[in-house]
Amino acid sequence: MKMPKWLVPTLYILFLLLPIYWLVSMSFKTTNEILGTFSLWPQEFTLANYITIFTDPTWYNGYFNSLTYVGMNTLLSVSVALPAAYAFSRYRFLGDKHLFFWLLTNRMAPPAVFALPFFQLYSAVGLFDTPIAVALAHCLFNIPLAVWILEGFMSGVPKELDETAYVDGYSFGRFFIRIFIPTIAAGIGVVMFFCFMFSWVELLLAKTLTSVAAKPIAATMTRTASTAGYELGLLAAAGTLTIIPGAFVIWFVRNHIAKGFALGRV
Amino acid sequence: MAKITLDQVRHSYLDHPESPDDWALKELDVVWSDGGAYALLGPSGCGKTTLLNVISGLLQPSHGRVLFDDRDVTNVPSEHREIAQVFQFPVVYDTMTVFDNRAFPLRNRGIPEAQVKSRVEEIARMLDLEAALGNRASGLTADGKQKISLGRGLVRSDVNVIMFDEPLTVIDPHLKWQLRSKLKELQQEVGATMIYVTHDQTEALTFADKVVVMLEGQVVQIGTPEELFDKPGHTFVGHFIGSPGMNLLPCEIIDGFPSFLGHKLDIAQAVDVPADATRMEIGVRPEFLHFDSKGLPVDIVRVDDVGRYRIVEVSHKSHAIKLVTPENVPIPEDKGHLAFDLTKTHVYADGWIIN
Amino acid sequence: MIDKTVNQRAWFLVLPVVVLVAFNALIPLMTVVNYSVQETFGNNVFFFEGVKWFEQILNSERFHASLLRQLSFTGIILLIEIPLGVAIALSMPKKGPWVSVCLVLMALPLLIPWNVVGAMWNIFALPDIGLLGRMINGMGFDYNFTQQPLAAWFTTVLMDVWHWTSLVVLLAYAGLSSIPDAYYQAARIDGASAWSVFRFIQLPKLKRVLTIAILLRFMDSFMIYTEPFVLTGGGPGNTTTFLSIDLVKIALGQFDLGPAAAMSLIYFLIILVMSWIFYTLMMRNEEQ
Repeated sequence: MKMPKWLVPTLYILFLLLPIYWLVSMSFKTTNEILGTFSLWPQEFTLANYITIFTDPTWYNGYFNSLTYVGMNTLLSVSVALPAAYAFSRYRFLGDKHLFFWLLTNRMAPPAVFALPFFQLYSAVGLFDTPIAVALAHCLFNIPLAVWILEGFMSGVPKELDETAYVDGYSFGRFFIRIFIPTIAAGIGVVMFFCFMFSWVELLLAKTLTSVAAKPIAATMTRTASTAGYELGLLAAAGTLTIIPGAFVIWFVRNHIAKGFALGRV
Repeated sequence: MAKITLDQVRHSYLDHPESPDDWALKELDVVWSDGGAYALLGPSGCGKTTLLNVISGLLQPSHGRVLFDDRDVTNVPSEHREIAQVFQFPVVYDTMTVFDNRAFPLRNRGIPEAQVKSRVEEIARMLDLEAALGNRASGLTADGKQKISLGRGLVRSDVNVIMFDEPLTVIDPHLKWQLRSKLKELQQEVGATMIYVTHDQTEALTFADKVVVMLEGQVVQIGTPEELFDKPGHTFVGHFIGSPGMNLLPCEIIDGFPSFLGHKLDIAQAVDVPADATRMEIGVRPEFLHFDSKGLPVDIVRVDDVGRYRIVEVSHKSHAIKLVTPENVPIPEDKGHLAFDLTKTHVYADGWIIN
Repeated sequence: MIDKTVNQRAWFLVLPVVVLVAFNALIPLMTVVNYSVQETFGNNVFFFEGVKWFEQILNSERFHASLLRQLSFTGIILLIEIPLGVAIALSMPKKGPWVSVCLVLMALPLLIPWNVVGAMWNIFALPDIGLLGRMINGMGFDYNFTQQPLAAWFTTVLMDVWHWTSLVVLLAYAGLSSIPDAYYQAARIDGASAWSVFRFIQLPKLKRVLTIAILLRFMDSFMIYTEPFVLTGGGPGNTTTFLSIDLVKIALGQFDLGPAAAMSLIYFLIILVMSWIFYTLMMRNEEQ
């Protein structure tokens, strides 16, 4: 018996979608229905959970907080990684290989190890409970990653491009911004995707470095689950909302993802 | 070995081809005789590779049949057609040794190991590659890898046809010549039908007994290198083969004989003009023109000395004409007269030769 | 490969990166090292303790148990996710509109915040209100991951497979799509079986991306914290308390800074050493 080839990916995608479906379906149910009856789809369809989230500032602020630090981190990581990746891909300098390796070891540092020292460090410099703290902390793993991926893209650009530009009288800065960055635009897109992704999904550090003012959405959810008893509908609705930005971003970079992965660097 | 027949083969990569341009191959009827050395020549994108894939079975033609001898193989998959193909870029199995690479097609067919060994060694001897058999294939240079691909093609004694898809593209120029003559030698030794795809006329003319010239999905001429040179079947062939290409001059036909701006040519045989012809041309190669005391009056424009002969560009009433003259033949100063070799001057209607 | 010119001024280009990463890596690391050799009774009074905490951690049953759980978990998910990911990548369409659809849907789990993943699986697997829990119990198994260690492990592993197999799929898919068509055509003409095609064409080309996939999955699964913490809270008992969960329990729960710091360093070192061993082994394999 021969299995049709599409069966495997289809089954796999179904398996991926099942828990997500359950979350989304639960977000449209009332708490009574969730706890009282077992139903495959909402019997009493309700938007109440979403209304709560969009009207209660502790909820929707969490959403903004998350997007703020993720956005800041992505921009920061990419903008400092660009010149560094250029240096690694074009020049040899004292300690370059060791530096590169050291950067990568930070990708291997368990966030749990750094949770407490980060808390103390950012309290000491007065940034505790601000989006800046989380944005800076996430640089720990995002910058090494960004440098790594960008270096791969840049090494694929022939050196003649740089040399021609310098012969034509471009200064380094003007060449870098006017010519080089547009050339590797696809690579920058891929890097931004990964920076966004890892900053968006990481929570241990984000939670440790915030308390009230800058609390990320996902951490607000945890609080709901513990303090307000089991408001599962609300929890499901908030969870559903955290999936949307990710889905949105994937859709934009869908044609570049495979290419980014093809470089074998993530 | 087998004779290969393409019977009304057409192919389109689209599901619903409409205009003629949608067809990658337009109606082909070609017979490749057993043991022949063919070159398939044409510019990039003319359908050479498509045609090759139709023969090898990697592609099912939209219409028509492919026959090996008298067996219809149109629906037979590649692995059962008993053919070999060498690709543009060397395909080697990196993890295997040179020996295992060569032996792969034989082992896949369950041939006893002793026979595999003797066959692989025999081919290695032919390709002068005995020493490297135990090495890993991944460390080789491009030409070494391409020799492995060649070896895989030659190793099976039962192949119907061996096809080469621009196999020398990635090879250094000085090795190209060497590999090409090796191929030619092997073809004569093995006697297999070979089809060699290229867009390089030198490669085609030196390798093949017969050259198949393709243009825009159709075969425009099949012939020996001499035939292509002396009597191009299509203005494209005249232009594509030979350097410089054939001269084309607009003409009208008076009583079956061509006349170029009032200059009538008494060619060997009177021609019949097809009723729907819109564009008539005289085609004559630069090699078949010479200066004479009378004939077509021309102005000398320039002379290029390219070694053993010279290329002279002349003009007649703003029509440029090129001719090739040997070194020892004098060239008139400013003006002269051109004489045509009338047995090798042809008339073309809308690009196609008429007799 | 680009041949690089020697230029010491390139340091200016890497300086911002070095400053930012050093700020985040070196200062906390120094704090951790500092704690790991001292004893505190509060009020910022510290006593030097030498390697006492290291000895204590290395000899503690608790650490051995978490390490063993961690190693088993990482081993299990690698054994499942790598072959599964490769198998799925092999059966994906090579081109056409479905490729984008597949890639987008498969990448979805990767972009969900980790505690949402945990929470989602919690409500998905709960025996009374979860779809999965109901289904398994409906098939006649007695399943309750909040009570039974085996069920808790099963759920945690399944969640990780759900969460991360796509990463392997995407990497393997990218590796596969870098194989030129001519290889498959040559193999067909050579009469190769599907197994031979996999063994001699696809697997060799996948080696590089699989090295990266294994490394990444090893590192990330070794650091796992949020998802199992939200799903099971490390329980029932301590049965799903992995290294990170244990570490946070000691550091933030019991505020035993010295042992926690010593454990952090040991933990970090294990990851570094194992990654290095993996990496060199696989690279040496590649060179042969």
